[in-house]
Amino acid sequence: MKITVAGEKKEYADNLTIAALIEAEDVETPQYVTVSVNEEFIDSDKFDSFTLKEGDEVEFLYFMGGGAR
Amino acid sequence: MAFTNEQLERYSRHIILKEIGAKGQKKLLNAKVLIIGAGGLGAPAALYLAAAGVGTIGIVDADEVDLSNLQRQVIHTTNDIGKKKVESAAETMRAINPDITVNTYYQYVTSENILDLIKDYDFILDGTDNFPAKFLINDACVMAGKPFSHAGIIRFKGQLTTIIPGESPCYRCIFKNPPPKDAVPTCKQAGVIGAMGGVIGSLQAMEAVKFITGVGELLTGYLLTYDALKMEFHKIKLPPRGKGCAVCSDEPTITELIDYEQAVCEWKPGE
Repeated sequence: MKITVAGEKKEYADNLTIAALIEAEDVETPQYVTVSVNEEFIDSDKFDSFTLKEGDEVEFLYFMGGGAR
Repeated sequence: MAFTNEQLERYSRHIILKEIGAKGQKKLLNAKVLIIGAGGLGAPAALYLAAAGVGTIGIVDADEVDLSNLQRQVIHTTNDIGKKKVESAAETMRAINPDITVNTYYQYVTSENILDLIKDYDFILDGTDNFPAKFLINDACVMAGKPFSHAGIIRFKGQLTTIIPGESPCYRCIFKNPPPKDAVPTCKQAGVIGAMGGVIGSLQAMEAVKFITGVGELLTGYLLTYDALKMEFHKIKLPPRGKGCAVCSDEPTITELIDYEQAVCEWKPGE
């Protein structure tokens, strides 16, 4: 199936969970990433059960500190 | 209030813009912006807002200028090492534009002082370096109904969003709670490319100018990310405000400000 990850079209096998995508995409600090699918935030306790489908648009939102010191 | 000849010349490149004009420049001169953090993000933002003639600029920081700041905090110079950042920043801003008023606050934001600090300002810029401060600024601005720009930078990446409380999603809509201490690297631990503060801090200043003048579309409802290595900007559309948010939903569960544990890593060379 084709899904869009952070704006980029990608090919993945069907029945991919968010947790599996996080691993496949080598997401940094995976336990603190916020995930949206089709502009909806998905609770992190659903990452293992939420299955992506053809055409889904997935975004990873990362904590970013930095700025002053 | 009529412009002086000096103001007409100083702001001529603004006044000639049809979107800004004399009317927009007057709005800038009458505006009050508070910059929290006089560092990587706050430095370029403060320079541009001072130059733009934002009439009153407040700057909050309890830190002193350190040699390791100068790689990116372009408002401070080598001669400023050891000075209070707010004083060093204010001197540079006044030197660029004696037309403006700069208020300095030599303190860190806390649950005790933040509402008082933000109350007289129209727009707030979060240029802080740690998550407790970022959550505190978000919650205080939401509670006080103050529009603000949130930003973060690390390594070769940066991101920002603009939040209009009651209208657009807030920082806590995206990130429910601060990460545990040291779970997510800070600039001190991970490094940051100097120009990143320039890119993202300047975008924050741009949002402040757009908010004040009412020009264009604000970065509300989006998180804009920038990856310098790939040279890519990416706009992530955020879900609507408030859905289950602990602070900005219509039935908030957080109604008092929280001082989370400071998570800035005190890394020093040689340790």
